[in-house]
Amino acid sequence: MASRGGGRGRGRGQLTFNVEAVGIGKGDALPPPTLQPSPLFPPLEFRPVPLPSGEEGEYVLALKQELRGAMRQLPYFIRPAVPKRDVERYSDKYQMSGPIDNAIDWNPDWRRLPRELKIRVRKLQKERITILLPKRPPKTTEDKEETIQKLEKKEEEVTSEEDEEKEEEEEKEEEEEEEYDEEEHEEETDYIMSYFDNGEDFGGDSDDNMDEAIY
Amino acid sequence: MTQAEIKLCSLLLQEHFGEIVEKIGVHLIRTGSQPLRVIAHDTGTSLDQVKKALCVLVQHNLVSYQVHKRGVVEYEAQCSRVLRMLRYPRYIYTTKTLYSDTGELIVEELLLNGKLTMSAVVKKVADRLTETMEDGKTMDYAEVSNTFVRLADTHFVQRCPSVPTTENSDPGPPPPAPTLVINEKDMYLVPKLSLIGKGKRRRSSDEDAAGEPKAKRPKYTTDNKEPIPDDGIYWQANLDRFHQHFRDQAIVSAVANRMDQTSSEIVRTMLRMSEITTSSSAPFTQPLSSNELEFVGKSGDSGGGMYVINLHKALASLATATLESVVQERFGSRCARIFRLVLQKKHIEQKQVEDFAMIPAKEAKDMLYKMLSENFMSLQEIPKTPDHAPSRTFYLYTVNILSAARMLLHRCYKSIANLIERRQFETKENKRLLEKSQRVEAIIASMQATGAEEAQLQEIEEMITAPERQQLETLKRNVNKLDASEIQVDETIFLLESYIECTMKRQ
Repeated sequence: MASRGGGRGRGRGQLTFNVEAVGIGKGDALPPPTLQPSPLFPPLEFRPVPLPSGEEGEYVLALKQELRGAMRQLPYFIRPAVPKRDVERYSDKYQMSGPIDNAIDWNPDWRRLPRELKIRVRKLQKERITILLPKRPPKTTEDKEETIQKLEKKEEEVTSEEDEEKEEEEEKEEEEEEEYDEEEHEEETDYIMSYFDNGEDFGGDSDDNMDEAIY
Repeated sequence: MTQAEIKLCSLLLQEHFGEIVEKIGVHLIRTGSQPLRVIAHDTGTSLDQVKKALCVLVQHNLVSYQVHKRGVVEYEAQCSRVLRMLRYPRYIYTTKTLYSDTGELIVEELLLNGKLTMSAVVKKVADRLTETMEDGKTMDYAEVSNTFVRLADTHFVQRCPSVPTTENSDPGPPPPAPTLVINEKDMYLVPKLSLIGKGKRRRSSDEDAAGEPKAKRPKYTTDNKEPIPDDGIYWQANLDRFHQHFRDQAIVSAVANRMDQTSSEIVRTMLRMSEITTSSSAPFTQPLSSNELEFVGKSGDSGGGMYVINLHKALASLATATLESVVQERFGSRCARIFRLVLQKKHIEQKQVEDFAMIPAKEAKDMLYKMLSENFMSLQEIPKTPDHAPSRTFYLYTVNILSAARMLLHRCYKSIANLIERRQFETKENKRLLEKSQRVEAIIASMQATGAEEAQLQEIEEMITAPERQQLETLKRNVNKLDASEIQVDETIFLLESYIECTMKRQ
């Protein structure tokens, strides 16, 4: 503050304040000028205090790591969409990669959220049509589904009202379509999804003692 | 929001919610309140992704929304709320000490899910507790509900603002977003529910089905088909109340350290009695009658003497103690002596420092400058002449606790960000090894379940070689150390933040 721009007018080596007051005596060597940024990991002069150990510390530590792991598994953890591979593979049919494209896994209370945040599933259907080209066009099955659902699911949770009733009905059906999509997806494959085993967690689900050996 | 805070928020969001949520969240923190389309445009993510991310953020109370005129909804992020995520383990542990496992799980579920209805919480917690109990025993819903009610009574959980119930059927177009209101009185009001039922284990279905009463049919999928009795009433964890509890704990332990145990007990009782009646940011507690103590001041004579605890002073001295210990650990005990001297004398000249601290001039000078350069201290100029000539001005060293606390807080944020990054780096480096060990563990577990022999198990275990095992051990140790450091730094952050908040309120 006080030492900036020292003595340019008068002559070099003179500063505007009395150097003795600050503590630099006459003839003392000033520290060399710093020509580079300070090192990234300067050596520590004193050892740091040890971390808290003991029951409480360990418990909170374990809790923290558990929470981290748990949050990754919850539906709130949104993974970026898996990039489509170059060639469409047969095994893609059997791999349920998370929520179908853009829907969310969990059901928030839509009454509490702004309407615009709801993702219309209508778009979804179009996308599905373009991706699954070799399959039979899902449109015909959808019509049948729609009529069935209209009759069956009248007491679904009420979404926020739209301007026209028609849109509301269609939206309701689409929402149910969302839940139904998985089943449709399942129906289109040749085998039932739940029977497919990836091979990575073989035998991990059964509790009973199986008599035959597992290879 | 400082850069350090934003960086820390970004790391936290990414770790807990994934990259998409992180991108949206950080953008909102940086730019303030924005509508949906602008967010999508500025961040370059698709509209659907933005919607998903916003749903998650709103659910977890990290982002709030407001309806402006012409129906535009703007979203705003709460940076400080994001930083609270560091403290989740501490909240849960505190509940465990106060309300045992049931309370712990209730708070954990509320924190993990953002907000939940009471029936949902009770059900989940009962299920989880039943899992850990022995075979044949189940957790009764009533017990869980009781703990929940106790938590609500002591204000550790509170109701979220709810959609206002409009009696008249609105003929016009409804608003694009509901404006949520909450009545002060209702915040801790537990709805009358008769939750009868028992927890369910995930696998066994038959033995529990018989015990289930007619009220709740056993369902494994989401039971949105049944009308939930307390529909629309959501609960969240009341973080302010937890903070109040931590603060009280810190004060009590400080008193116990300075004086003896009995005084600390008295302070604890005073604090407990005023727990609910004082709001979390009041500088003084409600007057009670008790004995005299250091942080306690007399506020009247009725009822044999009314005393208050000077919370501000208590927090200030805690913050000062933190600063002192930081100086001591970083620069040595001599520096700490100088620091305490300057604190005590408020303003002091360099010559006087050397004399009072009894430290040779050169060393004292060196240390003062070091602390000055790190902003623990500042210089106060007092001119002797009106032209402020430097040769005729006094320069006094002084410690401004508020600004030093702010500086230290900023450093804490930076250091936690560094810790998290280093932990992520370490984990990434050894990813391959971690995955391999996880696979081997899964194989062993499944083989044990199906009754394999010792020899086979041995063989599988040897798939991980000894140096690899060593590497894993080192990794685990390092990660644990980094995690423990994070928790430690967070405690400091809490103290400093409380002090700064308290001081700002006073001004």
